Amino acid sequence: MTVVIIDTACANLNSVRFALQRCGVDALVSADAEHIKAADKVILPGVGTAQAAMRNLHQLELVEVIRTLQQPVLGICLGMQLLTSWSAEGNVDCLNVIPARTERLQVNQLPLPHMGWNTLSAVGTDRWLPFNPGDYAYFVHSYAVATNDYTIATSHYGQTFAAMIQRGNFYGAQFHPERSGAVGAKILKSFLELTDADTRA
Amino acid sequence: MLARRIIPCLDVRHGEVVKGVQFRNHQVIGAIEPLAASYAAAGADELVFYDITASSDARVVDKSWVERIARLIDIPFTVAGGISSIAQAREILAMGADKISINSPALRDPELINRLVDEFGQQCIVIGIDSYFNADNGHYEVFQFTGDENRTQKTRWQTADWLREVVTRGAGEIVLNCMNQDGVRQGYDIEQLRQLRPICPVPLIASGGAGTMQHFANVFTEAAVDGALAASVFHRGVIDIGELKGYLAQQHIAIRPLTTKVL
Repeated sequence: MTVVIIDTACANLNSVRFALQRCGVDALVSADAEHIKAADKVILPGVGTAQAAMRNLHQLELVEVIRTLQQPVLGICLGMQLLTSWSAEGNVDCLNVIPARTERLQVNQLPLPHMGWNTLSAVGTDRWLPFNPGDYAYFVHSYAVATNDYTIATSHYGQTFAAMIQRGNFYGAQFHPERSGAVGAKILKSFLELTDADTRA
Repeated sequence: MLARRIIPCLDVRHGEVVKGVQFRNHQVIGAIEPLAASYAAAGADELVFYDITASSDARVVDKSWVERIARLIDIPFTVAGGISSIAQAREILAMGADKISINSPALRDPELINRLVDEFGQQCIVIGIDSYFNADNGHYEVFQFTGDENRTQKTRWQTADWLREVVTRGAGEIVLNCMNQDGVRQGYDIEQLRQLRPICPVPLIASGGAGTMQHFANVFTEAAVDGALAASVFHRGVIDIGELKGYLAQQHIAIRPLTTKVL
């Protein structure tokens, strides 16, 4: 199996690469369209701002490449937000493969960023759900995707927001599975085990 | 619900974990990787590695251990000490650290905070503040170069003013080290932390003074900090992290329970 981590030029790529190694997979870090298209699984990491990340993807001419991928794609943290149609962080159009919007978290007086371990709740029962409700995952973010029909897991900090989203072959995790202990490792392994049939369901 | 974080801090000198009392008299405890792995397995929510020689010592410090940690552990970790430029920050983050923590270099050049936040994002820029309660004037005063007792010196900043300054410049998290309490295990500085909590809009981590499990419960319930950092009680086996988490759960404090392998 070949796994490509898209080199978004602003992400902490090594921690994702090392987490996949702990799952027994040597991933390729690349911004090459041919490598990305040929991969069995694609991971879109992201650290930084939506505006900077989209600018990099445009410069690398990867926007259409990612939009048209057919294999399972996992966006992590900012990478998940990039899968949505738009982000308030820089008022920027994103990849628009999952119809949802990314807004600033509304938390009242709670500290931001939302940083630390928070619980995952499942939405529905018939979807890919690689965790147990109540499992803790590690989050670091100030913007979040609003819940809608494409939400498969939620978490709560000041407001309820989408912790995981999915549409077809595109998956997103707002938290960092690569830094979420055994829970995160299980989620990464489940993603690596997805088949073409799973993503068509 | 967001869990309160338990954060062991490992002081690193020349690639080994050391421990001192009130920032002095450092003794070698052991190699970094096995200690890091055992804390992660024991239920630590996050680790901080503080290179104590670096900030007060201009030499280039070998940081290759950062990548070895990143390969090994599956919880977030912060590297502190000796980071005073964009290039150094980039190197540490590229090796796999989740956050970098800046202390003395930010006091020397506060604009550094803005540059780091612009370059890498708020979420990975932690500011460490060494705060000393001056009983003579009743002020909390910020100190720098605390890694080296010969160079430790008071700055012109009072702690509340410096805290406001660094969050205005974009700091994503604050670690407040209360120097009077450090290493003496008499409890966190609840009074100081409670004063600073309302003016800290980002996560606030308490550091210095943990001696008993009750101290952790107190700092979470009375000062509403997001995390509690400690070193000696964990290194010396005074407190077991799993037991601590069980105790805090009994006190109805939100914590991430210690889980054995879920696969």
